[in-house]
Amino acid sequence: MIATAALGRLLILGALLVSTAGALLGFASGAKRSDEGLRWSKRLAYAFGALMLLATLVMEHALLTHDFSVSYVAHVGSRSVPVWVTIVSLWSSLEGSILFWGLVLGIYIAAATRFSSRGNEESMPYAIGTWLACGAFFSFLIAGPANPFLTISPAPLDGPGPNPLLQNHVLMVAHPPLLYLGYVGMTIPFGFAVAALLRGKIGPTLIRAMRNSLLLSWIFLSIAIMLGGWWAYEVLGWGGYWAWDPVENASLLPWLTATAALHSAMVMQRRGVLKGWTLTLVQASFLLTVLGTFMTRSGVFNSVHSFTQSAIGPTILVFLAAVLIGSVTLLALRIDTLENDGRIDAPVSREGTFLINNLLLVLFTFTVLVGTVFPLVVEAVNGKQMSVGRPYFDSMVVPLGVALLFLLGIGPALPWGRAAREDIRRALLPPIVGGAALTVLGVVFGARNPWTIVTLFAGGYALQVTIVQLAKLRHSRRSVGAYVIHLGVAIAVVAIAISSTMRVQREVVLQQGQSATIGAYTVTFTGTEERSEPHRTSSIARIGVTKNGRAVTTLEPRMNHYEMMREPIGTPDVHSTIGGDLYISIASLEPNRAGLLLIVTPLVSWIWLAVLMMAAGGVIALVRLPRMTPLPALRREGSGEGLAV
Amino acid sequence: MGYMKPEPSASDVMRRKTRRFVILALAVAALAFLAIAAGGINDNLVYYWTPTDLRAAGNKAYGATIRLGGMVSTGSIRHRPGTTGVEFDVKDAGAVVHVKSSGVPPQMFRDNIGVVVEGTMTRGGSFESHRLMVSHNNQYQAPKAGHPTNGKELEKLMRSTEGL
Repeated sequence: MIATAALGRLLILGALLVSTAGALLGFASGAKRSDEGLRWSKRLAYAFGALMLLATLVMEHALLTHDFSVSYVAHVGSRSVPVWVTIVSLWSSLEGSILFWGLVLGIYIAAATRFSSRGNEESMPYAIGTWLACGAFFSFLIAGPANPFLTISPAPLDGPGPNPLLQNHVLMVAHPPLLYLGYVGMTIPFGFAVAALLRGKIGPTLIRAMRNSLLLSWIFLSIAIMLGGWWAYEVLGWGGYWAWDPVENASLLPWLTATAALHSAMVMQRRGVLKGWTLTLVQASFLLTVLGTFMTRSGVFNSVHSFTQSAIGPTILVFLAAVLIGSVTLLALRIDTLENDGRIDAPVSREGTFLINNLLLVLFTFTVLVGTVFPLVVEAVNGKQMSVGRPYFDSMVVPLGVALLFLLGIGPALPWGRAAREDIRRALLPPIVGGAALTVLGVVFGARNPWTIVTLFAGGYALQVTIVQLAKLRHSRRSVGAYVIHLGVAIAVVAIAISSTMRVQREVVLQQGQSATIGAYTVTFTGTEERSEPHRTSSIARIGVTKNGRAVTTLEPRMNHYEMMREPIGTPDVHSTIGGDLYISIASLEPNRAGLLLIVTPLVSWIWLAVLMMAAGGVIALVRLPRMTPLPALRREGSGEGLAV
Repeated sequence: MGYMKPEPSASDVMRRKTRRFVILALAVAALAFLAIAAGGINDNLVYYWTPTDLRAAGNKAYGATIRLGGMVSTGSIRHRPGTTGVEFDVKDAGAVVHVKSSGVPPQMFRDNIGVVVEGTMTRGGSFESHRLMVSHNNQYQAPKAGHPTNGKELEKLMRSTEGL
């Protein structure tokens, strides 16, 4: 019988072979316009997906059967952890996560090959070639520097289990896969962009395929970023959800450029301009995912994401450089082949605001990118360690974010093309009521920070515009989706502004029976409790919570001790209400004495819900629902008033 | 019949002029933005220093945000009366810095443990910290008790608290 590790290695070598062959064949048959070549490229694309799926199944089997002769299982497996932890161990450390990456890439490539081919026959060979070239790179990583299928002999009897910080919360099940779905998904529109440049042509079917695949990964990435923030909030214990940490920034960067690309693609579709620009943004989104992978996986930033110092850093850096040089060269040589067949007539128009939107999003990206990469460059040059502090990001990004929120109100209110001055005034003046209303509401509830007040006004303005547009039911499905996304964005930005400027925080040390107050809450430390599970023991502080004299809940923040860890890991406990959260985390705990961090943050849950709303809007825009009722009048594509067609 | 190149029309000239103007405006805006970003970064740098680095920086140390990494000197921990905070000495092989930390110290905080504190150096000679971190990373091996720490080990220690 063939050993599990050897079987895994064999499958990966197969994937490497198939993807390399498919990449070469794809580009060759694109240049020769060979139908036979396209047919074989497609088969190789499916084969790559199948091999990656098999390899992942082999690894999951090894994990579940505790086959410690497989190096990755010996590295992260443990007989004492629950089954769900064992299953998700696949993405809890470097080698497994790269394998998982390969799986996601394989599925994406197979699906895109299957569903995007019709109408794109001339572009597909190039697209498949590009995807499989990426597939070849990741197969190479798995086969070489990050091989999870090494044989360990003699096999150990048990393993240490995955990083306890990751076992500590169930969100760990959802955050990494969604992030991968978002990250890896950017490969697909990138392939279409390369195909468009190589062909020198981008038609409606290709635009649609590129936009849909971009939107799909945008949806996953949005949820993943939110889950990352939520996880940090629920697990890390400092009471915030975003710290401008390099790994967080890494997930935000491609999201920003993808958002810009989704908008400029709309202008491209409607007005026939911004073709080269849109393709540039799509390529940038993919490049930023590779950069993000480099930053999070190579150990240049140490965090819960970077596992150990590993050998894959330089390899990814070479890949990044190759993609960058390739993309820039391709753009430089081929951008002139994409003829603009229209123009933008009036600056004060829907398309005019799209341009400003793109400019702001690019500045946003640039700000975050510079702040994230700067310390790396300094360290590479003179070996000094430093980081860029949070105030930089806050002070730069807040004005950009508020401007974008304003634009989210103004843009949809304006019509496409040239409009009469009177119409513009009629469109832009009424939403001021909404802006004023939300501002007053916020001030009544205690908002004083000037930026918060400006955000409230812009948010109210945008909400009124969006809701009025949604109420006009003659929109196409895609526009409804887009407006639902906008609604989510406006709510999220307002909730972020309120929650970050109006939170109250207190540190207290309480003896058993003592109380402290924060906001409307009184918390009482009633005692400690020890609880043991197979993989950890927990010391729990029991905290009675009353609000305005009425008992509301008992919170149980805890310190978890894992067998393989020197330090305990605190897990905060949160009492969430629609108005805000009471958040308690433990700084130190003795039998009758607890050092506690108490935080009251308004509107936090709104952020999670608003991002889910954005994702739902994306799905509405993406999925071809069967039409329930016939629309009153079938509109010619491009003549509706919606955000999109 | 000779072929005559058509003269550029007035609107073409205008368009080209507008285009040049737009490009110029964008370039100026980009430069201005770059300057603002550079200034913003420069004002908000957080330096990762050991006690030796901090002493070597002299006057430059005052006012800058610093992440100071080192070992807690044995027997130096005192509770700050009337607060939840503590004060203690952080040392490496070459220097000692007195740290006043606000906030409840973490569970594992004790003598002879590697810590990273974030804050600023005051002219009064002590380091005011608003954040006290004990390494959470299981990869990081604490130096043996009492063993004077070198720069490499402290670098690892400070890295281990990044992203927390």
